[in-house]
Amino acid sequence: MTRAQTLPSPASKLVEPHPYPGRLIIVEGIDGSGKSTQIALAQRWLHARGFRTFFTEWNSSLLVKSASRMGKKKDLLTPTTFSLLHATDFADRLYYKIVPALKAGMIVLADRYAYTAFGRDVARGVSPRWVRALYSFAVRPDVALYFRVPVDVSLERIRRGRAKIKYHEAGMDLRLSDDVYESFRLFQGRIIQEYDGMVDEFGLQVIDASREIDDQQQQVRDLLGAALRDTSYA
Amino acid sequence: MREPLPDGGDSDGRLPGGDPLRSTTPRSAPPLWLGEGLPYVNTGDLSGKLITIEGTDSSGRSTQMKGLREWLEVQGYGVVETGWTRSELMSEAINVAKAGHQLNRVTFTLMYAIDFADRLENQIIPALESGFVVLADRYLYTALARARVRGIDEEWVRALYGFAIQPDLVLYLKVDAETLIRRVLQGDGIEYWEAGMDLNLGEDPYDSFMAYQSRLLDVFDELSGEFGFRIVDGNRSIYEIQQDLRREIREFLDLEDTQGGVLEIEEFTRGPATGWSR
Repeated sequence: MTRAQTLPSPASKLVEPHPYPGRLIIVEGIDGSGKSTQIALAQRWLHARGFRTFFTEWNSSLLVKSASRMGKKKDLLTPTTFSLLHATDFADRLYYKIVPALKAGMIVLADRYAYTAFGRDVARGVSPRWVRALYSFAVRPDVALYFRVPVDVSLERIRRGRAKIKYHEAGMDLRLSDDVYESFRLFQGRIIQEYDGMVDEFGLQVIDASREIDDQQQQVRDLLGAALRDTSYA
Repeated sequence: MREPLPDGGDSDGRLPGGDPLRSTTPRSAPPLWLGEGLPYVNTGDLSGKLITIEGTDSSGRSTQMKGLREWLEVQGYGVVETGWTRSELMSEAINVAKAGHQLNRVTFTLMYAIDFADRLENQIIPALESGFVVLADRYLYTALARARVRGIDEEWVRALYGFAIQPDLVLYLKVDAETLIRRVLQGDGIEYWEAGMDLNLGEDPYDSFMAYQSRLLDVFDELSGEFGFRIVDGNRSIYEIQQDLRREIREFLDLEDTQGGVLEIEEFTRGPATGWSR
């Protein structure tokens, strides 16, 4: 019998360094923290320095897209099915995209990682232990950056940028408040609490995301430079 | 559901017509959840009963479920049926993914878990809260069995299904591989996944089916011991199996079979000819 894939015991892989020649760099933070801007700038810099990169984004695999869309539209999703759908998306990207790129020695840049689930899904009400066990197959990142920002700053950025706050982003399904901005504040506030707890638990590196974009980017590049020092240019 | 059913009362979802329900004998109940549970779900009052039927493919589960449902309804119980991969959310996605072979073992396991969670929260728990008997065609043991056969970390699968409610009664329809293969061939033939073709166990579909199903049967035997399944010999006629299943349920519900006895069973066996009935 082929044993193509033997999963580790729950909560083992995220604490063990991965064996691959590539590097995994991930960014975390609430919506409007500016992490996507920062990872895009980091990718430009890495390219300019001759690294080969692969970029992947939360909730982007085709495998679960239709179910995810239907569930959201029909409001069928519970905190558990919401969490499991994202885990499926994550597993699909991990095994077909992330791990192959790491094996090929590339720099993988991930906009959100398992920690997003640990923050969001727990804020939605699932058990913290359960969701950590669920993602125990995840590869541990080499660099995990947490863009920490007060909820009002991120809310202001979103309002300026695209005016409309998405239903799930505001946690409207939790019925915390009828007012979308108030709901966003409460829901994202819970997520910040979870992230703050993960700083020590998983060794996330905190970036003060209320600073200027270029100041933050300088800090990001310093951290990446240190992590990539012993990596040969691809 | 961890306490005796209340005496009678149509208000909690049972069909009208008599009061066949009696308090069940208190038994040493397992914990409500398999693991971490659903912290955000308040399950104070699950007065229904969760009865699940396990068995490999073509073990005759759905035929038996139909007979049990009819019988239970005659006894006055409200019955809700639920089955593996039948959720509104996932049934289509699972079929598409299976057809395309684009799943690995982890995503496969996760998609079944989504289907399960969707039915648990939207169907099973609400029905138990309303006092129904929930008949589940397969339950999480199917996922555990597949994990064990396919070499997926079982500790992970158990943790994954930690949100599941433990059933009140698990009936295991045990059919040996020789009987199974004949039924399958008389039916729709050997199916890719049912034969474990993705595991490269044998040269041809027959060898693969026999090897895969034999392994599954061994695993079900192991699980049976661990989780206390009630084993029913599924190699016999539909009629005899149904008799046994009803006996098990009757005993479990502490039910005196006042209506819908033998006559109902004979009605039932006159159903669609399957080639393996009496």
